[in-house]
Amino acid sequence: MSADTSTLDATERTRALLTTAEPRRRRTDRIMAALIWFAFLLAMVPLVSLLWTVLFNGAGRVTIDFLSYSMRGIFGGDPGGGIYHAVMGTLIITGCATLISVPIGILVAIYLVEYGRGPLARAVTFFVDVMTGIPSIVAGLFAVSLFTIFFGAGARFGIIGAVALSVLMIPVVVRSCEEMLKLVPNELREASYALGVPKWLTIIRVVLRTAVAGLTTSVLLAIARVIGETAPLLVAVGVTDSINFDPSEGRMMTLPVFIYRQYSQGLATCREGQANCVADIAIQNAWGAALTLIVIVMLLNVAGRLVNRWFAPKTR
Amino acid sequence: MTTTDSPPAPVAPVRRRRSSGDTERGFSRTFRWIATGSGALILATLAAVALFLIVRAWPAMTASEAELADAVPRYPDDTSFLAYVGPLVFGTLLAAVLALLMATPVAMGIALFISHYAPRRLAQILGYLVDLLAAIPSVVYGLWGVAVLAPAVAPVWTWLNEWFGWFPLFAGNVSPTARTLATVSVVLAVMILPIITAVSREVFLQTPKLHEEAALALGATRWEMVRTAVLPFGQSGVISAAMLGLGRALGETMAVLMILSPGFLYSFKILQAAQQQTIAAYIALDFPEASGLAVNALIATGLALFVITLAVNMAARAIVARRKDFSGAN
Repeated sequence: MSADTSTLDATERTRALLTTAEPRRRRTDRIMAALIWFAFLLAMVPLVSLLWTVLFNGAGRVTIDFLSYSMRGIFGGDPGGGIYHAVMGTLIITGCATLISVPIGILVAIYLVEYGRGPLARAVTFFVDVMTGIPSIVAGLFAVSLFTIFFGAGARFGIIGAVALSVLMIPVVVRSCEEMLKLVPNELREASYALGVPKWLTIIRVVLRTAVAGLTTSVLLAIARVIGETAPLLVAVGVTDSINFDPSEGRMMTLPVFIYRQYSQGLATCREGQANCVADIAIQNAWGAALTLIVIVMLLNVAGRLVNRWFAPKTR
Repeated sequence: MTTTDSPPAPVAPVRRRRSSGDTERGFSRTFRWIATGSGALILATLAAVALFLIVRAWPAMTASEAELADAVPRYPDDTSFLAYVGPLVFGTLLAAVLALLMATPVAMGIALFISHYAPRRLAQILGYLVDLLAAIPSVVYGLWGVAVLAPAVAPVWTWLNEWFGWFPLFAGNVSPTARTLATVSVVLAVMILPIITAVSREVFLQTPKLHEEAALALGATRWEMVRTAVLPFGQSGVISAAMLGLGRALGETMAVLMILSPGFLYSFKILQAAQQQTIAAYIALDFPEASGLAVNALIATGLALFVITLAVNMAARAIVARRKDFSGAN
């Protein structure tokens, strides 16, 4: 009888041991789970705080006038003026950087996926990764060093900034386009070869066409990455208050640099009874421009993801 | 058509099949060269970056102390070039390492959260939220750091200084505006969170399902499963992720430039104002007004930054590459 109960006990104990952990281990499990949830929530604090601050401080300043005037002839606490010149500068310089980076980036990705074998391909893969880590200010210094050799010490114009941004953008484009090209099934290539289509035509008409949605996404996300770069443009393009559409001549303003300049202006001094003077107009301008910049970046991000979702080829 | 095809010898087809390049004709060959050339262009660009920086930095590195003191604003008297770059390198490393120490545990937590803890349906969206942190331009981080973060953390720094003032990092006169290296490294930590999270998450997701299931079958709790199966598998991945984050933090300019009140000391007092400065912020601050030898001196400091980040990134990538060989992933 006693032997029976002891085996019964033992079975119960074993079952208990197997199904539930002992209290200490259970406690550790709970604590770690809580910590891990906490880590995630902790990361959300700055994100929410930042987006809220920018929206709260910037929304009052962003008007049609703010978006359609430049800062030419605006001094002190004058609440006129706007960011038109900076928005155009950003679009032009980023556009030039895209024109430089996208062909090179996609060709390098094609090389790595379709041709890449041997030491050169390994070196390219490795150094593309290393290039993603180049500090943005170093890219700016490089572009300035390169152009001042040809154009003299004071050279500052849009193309220099575009080259600096390209150095930052090319590795991003290569990396993500490479992933997209790898997703194209090999059967498509083989079917094309079997029909006697030469390799270059296969790449252009079959591989690139299949991957076009993914490539678009990659490019849009890469643009979103570099459009907010400040430091290289600060050293390479300089600042101006006027509209300049010509990237090959003269300084240009860009949104990130505009934010920095307005921020560093600080408070304006308003005389007693002076009309049309807002003391903290510069910082208001900075917040307004920051809101505009964040909206542009978010739109690019969302557009990139939507393109991928809607136009991706259905693979079964 | 190439000239090698012209002899119509009967042996030609056999030879043609052996040599690999011969199936390519006409534009295919040109296209291969274009693609390969673009690949080589990447290497050339990186080499050019190094070369141009060295060429432009050279005059400053070889100039005499007196010449440098004349040309460069805020150049300390009677110091060699190394003594001038030294505090900047120190400040850069200190800010980046502090940011890394704060960011890595949180990033690992987030990565585990998304890979193993979050509800399946939500995981992708939550991951996207974390990626949004990377999308925000650094200049906006700077604005936010000055306007929101610095006032918010100032009481915390005062408290730390009051109770832990014996610890070298928290010693000194705490700055009431909190525009100090401590605040800067908090912002840097937020900025490098997404990259560390993204890389760690990928690695954690690659943990073999069988390892996890084996741990659970042996009666492990979820945390024990993570500790015994996921973390050992992801160890080298997390290390390289942290180094990538370090590389990012080293080169960050705008947040430092806007928040930090700079100094040129070898000082560990991160709560006191006017103690340290980072290379990137120093260049961005002085470059627009610099001319002559001062430009060369600034580019020389940039070269120092380039060398440091290059070394960190190459080490990180080498670890990732080695891990790939062993794990059999991909």
